[in-house]
Amino acid sequence: MNWTAFDTWIVVTGALCAVACALPGCFLVLRKMSMMGDAISHAVLPGLAIAFLVTGTRASVPMFVGAAVAGLLTALFTQWIMRFGNVDRGAAMGIVFTTLFAIGLLLIRRAADHVDLDPDCVLYGAIELTPLDTLGIGGLDIPRAALVNGAVLLVNLAFIAALYKELKLSAFDPDLAGTLGFSPQFLHYLLMTLVAVTTVAAFESVGSIIVIAMLIVPPATALLLTRRLLPMLGIAATAAVLAAATGHLAALVVPGWFGFQSTTSSGMMAFASGLLFLLAWLFGPEQGVVARWLRRGPVEPEPLSQTQTKTT
Amino acid sequence: MPDFSDILEVLLLRNYNTRLVVLGTTLLGIAAGLIGSFLLLRKRSLMGDALSHATLPGIAIAFAIMVSLGGSGKSLPGLLLGATLSGVAGIATMLLIRNTTRLRDDVAMGFVLSVFFGVGVASLRMVQSLPGASAAGLESFIYGKTASMVQSDFLLIALVAGAASLVSLLFLKEFLLLCFDDGYAASQGWPTLFLDVLLLGLVTAVTVIGLQAVGLILVIAFLITPPTAARFWTQRLLPMLLISALIGGVSGWLGASLSALTPQLPAGAVIVLVAAALFLVSMLFAPERGVLPRLLNQARLRRKVDRQHFLRAAYEILEAQAGKSETSGDGPVRNVSFPTEVLLEKRAWSSRQLRRILRIARHEDHLESAPTGRLRLSEPGFGEAARVTRNHRLWETYLIQYADIAPSHVDRDADMVEHILGAELVRELEAKLSGELPGHAVPPSPHPLPSA
Repeated sequence: MNWTAFDTWIVVTGALCAVACALPGCFLVLRKMSMMGDAISHAVLPGLAIAFLVTGTRASVPMFVGAAVAGLLTALFTQWIMRFGNVDRGAAMGIVFTTLFAIGLLLIRRAADHVDLDPDCVLYGAIELTPLDTLGIGGLDIPRAALVNGAVLLVNLAFIAALYKELKLSAFDPDLAGTLGFSPQFLHYLLMTLVAVTTVAAFESVGSIIVIAMLIVPPATALLLTRRLLPMLGIAATAAVLAAATGHLAALVVPGWFGFQSTTSSGMMAFASGLLFLLAWLFGPEQGVVARWLRRGPVEPEPLSQTQTKTT
Repeated sequence: MPDFSDILEVLLLRNYNTRLVVLGTTLLGIAAGLIGSFLLLRKRSLMGDALSHATLPGIAIAFAIMVSLGGSGKSLPGLLLGATLSGVAGIATMLLIRNTTRLRDDVAMGFVLSVFFGVGVASLRMVQSLPGASAAGLESFIYGKTASMVQSDFLLIALVAGAASLVSLLFLKEFLLLCFDDGYAASQGWPTLFLDVLLLGLVTAVTVIGLQAVGLILVIAFLITPPTAARFWTQRLLPMLLISALIGGVSGWLGASLSALTPQLPAGAVIVLVAAALFLVSMLFAPERGVLPRLLNQARLRRKVDRQHFLRAAYEILEAQAGKSETSGDGPVRNVSFPTEVLLEKRAWSSRQLRRILRIARHEDHLESAPTGRLRLSEPGFGEAARVTRNHRLWETYLIQYADIAPSHVDRDADMVEHILGAELVRELEAKLSGELPGHAVPPSPHPLPSA
């Protein structure tokens, strides 16, 4: 293995992106909307395609705007179908994002005759290539992707810091938030905008798979370890950074074990976040499988909060 | 542009080249529509989403194993077996997370989806360096490659779709019980765990064969969109299952045909869009639960309520005038004109509402021409007003005397009951009460009227 400055930048970029996703992800998980990240990341495809067809370039700004609009529309359409059609959230989300994705595929296929716009490069990005595209700032060549994701992270941090109380209240008790005069609806769309912007920024630079994983897995890990919001945000951010670092390391090492040449760092970062979740699941001090085993014998499944989900 | 006979040929499966593809996606749509209904009823629609992403590592690993064993790695059954196994692993992980942590369904699904998909993308990239990997078109599983379906693929799809539909129909009663009340099913001794696993097994089977046909993202739509659309057409289960299967089948049939006619359109995407269009039509226009019929119903109800409020207010005004004009107590209520303001004092209507209500009253011939600023009921209008008021008061009497409701609540309740119950029931009640109350005259209000 040969660790270079190149690898350091990949890890830094990945970590910035991972934390930027994990923070709003905590609120998605708490609001039972974990699948929204996945839905938005598929649904932005037509936005990207339309922006491309209109401007004819792969310039970042129009693509970004197109994707962010498509992301917001996903949230909006889902909400409408839920409200006017009385449809379960999961089903509404599934219909909206598959439809938008199909539209995107059609548009891309139509455009593909003239240009190179490949759904693969849209969906998987290429974090390995990010250090090639740098901006010189203060004598340091910083990858553009690191700057973009750093900026998104700052925006997300500022958003959460500014609206911490409101977000907390509406995540845990939307009805109370409503009666106290914070519109949960408004916060919902604000959060969705944030998720859409984060997704799109990360997409363009590092690929969607990191986004989908980091929106859900580090917050889920944190939720296994704490029941309080502030520690949850901290743990999620830490897990995200760890996943980015170990993921890239694994991408360098693991293919060798099986005799392959290389793999994608983004896929391995998602995998690494899954392993961290596994650790927390097994060895969490309070709710971990092992800890509970030691406390009271074999694990009994906890009764689920909803009546419909029990199977045994 | 294909002409009409071409279109007909494809739609009627007469074209040999497209027959298999169209028939295959139709069967797939029917099976997915049936099985997706159970998922929707269990509120697990996105299970298909998580499951289909979870199949990706299996495809890559199966390919690597087949190549390392000296095979070509292209064998479809082998790849689908890998997909099935990793899909099952995904489901097992989901169930484990749900049953041993306090994380909810959506988190468990999101976890499986993202981590498995990450592993899938990583291992796909790894095996890409193997000889023949690009030729096997592993990535086509993500977007589907409907048009390249060959006879053996078709047979596999037909077999699995048929078997899955058959099993879901055989276990219909059990699945429905599971969907509606799994606690009751368990207490009655049904093997709910077995049924749950069977159901998820069927979902896996449909997803895996759908991967080949429409790709792993779009097979999700096959499992979600038809049942959700069918839900708008009926409140009952069996019809819902049939409609859902029908919508799924029609989407597959039309979508694949359209894409066969215009080769640059990928079939998976067209199928999803056809299903989405059917969903939109169902959501807007389905007579039972559609959005527009519901809005129409609401408007009709509001109109009915307004009409009754107007007539009753008018009658009460006339009644008050009759009481005032005669010196010797209550005289007969006569139809005379009265100022519009008095009406507005009785009812908190905005001027726009009032204009709308008066327009409707004129349309129904309940109003006659009167000097400006005054209103006068027509003969039929006066009769109707008397009837409405009488009805209302009968109800109030009934509620006060028989239902032990405090008089202060009666006014509102009477309105509501009157608007909810049908005319037949009202007539029945009138008949019941007419024995105690004088014939056709409007009985006096059983409680003091708010001063006009």
